[in-house]
Amino acid sequence: MSAYGYAATASQLVLVVAGAPLLTGLMRQVRARMEGRAGAGLLQPWRDARKLLRKEPITPVGTGPAFHIAPALVVATALVVAALVPLLSTDTPLAGRGDLIVVVALLALGTVALALAGLDTGTAFGGMGPSREMTVAALVEPTLLMAVLALSVPAGTTDLAAIVEGAVHDPARLASPASLLAASPLTAAALTLLAYAVARPLVALDPGPAVQALPVGLAVVLVGFFVLATRRRALSQVVGFLLLDNGITATAFLATSGVPLIVELGVSFDVLLAALVLQVLTARMRAAFGTTDLDDLRELHD
Amino acid sequence: MAGSALPVRARVSVSGICTAGVGAAGCVAGVAALGGEAWSASLPDLLPLAGAHLAVDPLSGLFMAVAGAVTAAVAVYGIGYVNGNGGHGSHGPASRTTQAVLPLFALSLLLVPAAASVSAFLVLWELMALSSLLLVLAEHRESPRVRTAGLWYAVMTHLGLVLLLAGLALFAAHSGGETFADLRAGAGGTSPAVRDTVFVLTAAAFASKAGAVPLHAWLPRAHPEAPSPVSALMSGVMVNLGAYGIVRTAFDLLGGGPSWWWIGLVTVGGLSAVYGVLQAAMASDLKRLLAYSTAENMGLVLIGTGAAGLFARAGDGPLAALALVAALLHVVNHSAFKALLFCAAGSVPRATGVRDLDRLGGLRARMPFTTGLFALGALGAVALPPGNGFIGEWLLLQSLVHGLRLPGASVAIALPLAVGLIALSAGIAAAAFVKALGVGFFSRPRGEGATGARESGPAMIAGTVLLGAGCVALALVPGLLGPGLDRAVIAAGLPGTDAVTGGRAALRLDALSASLSPVWLVAALTAALALAAALPRLYGGRRRRPNAKLWDCGGGAPTPRMAYTATSFAEPLQRVFDDVLAPERDVDVTHARESTYLVERIRFRNQVPDRIEHRAYLPVLARLARAGRASRRLATGSVHLHLGYGLLGLLALFLVLAVGS
Repeated sequence: MSAYGYAATASQLVLVVAGAPLLTGLMRQVRARMEGRAGAGLLQPWRDARKLLRKEPITPVGTGPAFHIAPALVVATALVVAALVPLLSTDTPLAGRGDLIVVVALLALGTVALALAGLDTGTAFGGMGPSREMTVAALVEPTLLMAVLALSVPAGTTDLAAIVEGAVHDPARLASPASLLAASPLTAAALTLLAYAVARPLVALDPGPAVQALPVGLAVVLVGFFVLATRRRALSQVVGFLLLDNGITATAFLATSGVPLIVELGVSFDVLLAALVLQVLTARMRAAFGTTDLDDLRELHD
Repeated sequence: MAGSALPVRARVSVSGICTAGVGAAGCVAGVAALGGEAWSASLPDLLPLAGAHLAVDPLSGLFMAVAGAVTAAVAVYGIGYVNGNGGHGSHGPASRTTQAVLPLFALSLLLVPAAASVSAFLVLWELMALSSLLLVLAEHRESPRVRTAGLWYAVMTHLGLVLLLAGLALFAAHSGGETFADLRAGAGGTSPAVRDTVFVLTAAAFASKAGAVPLHAWLPRAHPEAPSPVSALMSGVMVNLGAYGIVRTAFDLLGGGPSWWWIGLVTVGGLSAVYGVLQAAMASDLKRLLAYSTAENMGLVLIGTGAAGLFARAGDGPLAALALVAALLHVVNHSAFKALLFCAAGSVPRATGVRDLDRLGGLRARMPFTTGLFALGALGAVALPPGNGFIGEWLLLQSLVHGLRLPGASVAIALPLAVGLIALSAGIAAAAFVKALGVGFFSRPRGEGATGARESGPAMIAGTVLLGAGCVALALVPGLLGPGLDRAVIAAGLPGTDAVTGGRAALRLDALSASLSPVWLVAALTAALALAAALPRLYGGRRRRPNAKLWDCGGGAPTPRMAYTATSFAEPLQRVFDDVLAPERDVDVTHARESTYLVERIRFRNQVPDRIEHRAYLPVLARLARAGRASRRLATGSVHLHLGYGLLGLLALFLVLAVGS
């Protein structure tokens, strides 16, 4: 705990407050470029904030304290989280005041405050948003806490500074089976979102029911690739390959308006054959090495 | 009893003051015991044959202190609830029976943890069940639902009593004495089969009292239908005694057991937590929502208890102590916020005559104190900082996260699942209480009852404020309870390790290098809130905030009928958990007579029944009813035949005894 620590905490706060709008700007810019638009630039959220702050605040008739306090409370939880998370230094005066579980809970508190503000207006849209937000929040909480578990078990503590220090000294420690367990579904979800984002311009060309399903095909391709890249067992590799193959086929079918039956039959046969060949290879590999771990194939190198 | 002759208002005051006195005395005794002053009393003449033995150790003291404090506050609230002018009250709660039974119920709640022999425990347990049954039935003239609830409660609590009687009698028979000291001494010598049977029987009975799934069917019926002070006592205190029973028998008397006991407890706890909170999120009856949330929180306590047993079995005493401390702390926190919630929610039907969230709303302006207190309780119930419920769940998660380092496949599978279930239940609890607070108290009134609501009287507010103060204290300085909880855990037979230290301001787990500082968190949030509110003012200058019309999304002025109801709020969650909840939807389209293309009326009905009740209870009840109808042929109405049955039964019993011996 030193002057350096205080300075680090203060700069963390400034960094988060100044950087958060830039992140929003970056996301919007990337999406605009992917959709073939020029975009408003990285600084647009900052300009928006300046404009909104200058506007006259009003009180809608029929709303209560929850509606007024909620926005400030959301900012407050974000500020406290920004101060707690060791972004710049692990030796801050706030070390030990709260841990990873507290951070997750504080983020949830902001969500709850926003939902209450929406319900406070008593309009139809004011209810619809909170209803959906709380549904998503209820399902996100287990995922987040599983991630907390995955980070804390190898470190032996939920203390943020300790986890970060451990990760800096021994990065491999975080790649435990538990953390992969939590990371894989998250990555798969991110890849699916990416597939939807990438396919948006294509879908916009022809919003028919078949093309609407195009992102699903792309998502299967990406998840298949992810499985191929990260799994160790040969059998998991086979599953990944089949996913990839299915995804490509589905994308092809959905993007074009169907292919002749003979090609379809050929593709199905091809998949069947590939599955058989891969199974045979896997069995051979097990017989030769006693395992199906791909890392053992390195022995063939020399 | 003497108060029965008094006029109504004086009768209620006398009974309420008696109850509050009993509660305060119990609280003082409990705190003294928690501080390490054990005492015992033996009254050999009070019960036939065995006599009554009472003893208070820190574990009993903890439950007595909680029961006493909650009872005293609720009694103050109860005086206002029954005596209050106007409102939508009924005669039931003020009747002589109810007012005479209330102090008795309070006394039994305090004495159950003090019982130190099987017979005394069973007598007090039954006294508690019967007195609470009479209180549940207080408004039986007003609604048939009260009578149904009473019937369910009577049957379930007595089935529980039968299990408890069988389990404890078996235990006493094999350990050669019926005082708890004898049981403790004899537990080591009994065979594993007997120990397993005793555990299963008593745990089932206690879990049913705690409202654990699938033995919860009575809880969402009885708790909402009782008068609100009684609901608060039942949900805030009586369910605790289920948890007490499990800790007392499984840890203290039986001295621990094999892993499958504890895995079973964790499983039941996880199921209760998720199923209970899911039903709470679906409920549109305010008190039913709170009752299901009780099942959820007791599920969390059972997870902590089971984890403690599992860790003790694996040989990690300190971690086991931490898990049990987490469970006991959650019991304390749950009592505080649930009694607060039931008292605040109980003022609503009193002021509006409505419990249905779909027809409430807009109480924020009409009942500001009640709304504020309900919000305080809800903050505790959603287990988010800076509420008091968060502290217990934080400790529970800490113990589970660190338990993963223990060897064994069962630990490796059970604990991550338990963490996931706790997180899921916390997430859904947030949705449930946002619904209760946002739809029921904020928004705009959707019915006549809500429009005409008036703030409740000073006694009701005072009682609720007492509970609210308890919640705030527990949220800010949980460290004060540390030494007491440590003594309670030692009394349960685990090595006390001072797991929770840190004094007033913080909660520190030295062994796990984890710490939490609730006071700092509140201070930081307040400071950040002030900053977030002040900075825009500095930038934009101080300006008045004029009133403006509510944005209507361009659709014309919004009417209260357009506001989101509790049912529509819960619809996305209901859709996500469609397979678990199996809701019943009914769309009834009436076509116009002229053409089938024209629709005259559409009726949509959506109901989320308790699926466990439908699948597990109703078939059994139907079969029992069928058996009852079939056996009607045996009863012809002849008195001699009935006497003959009696004689035959007696002869058969003697025959079995003669052949058996």
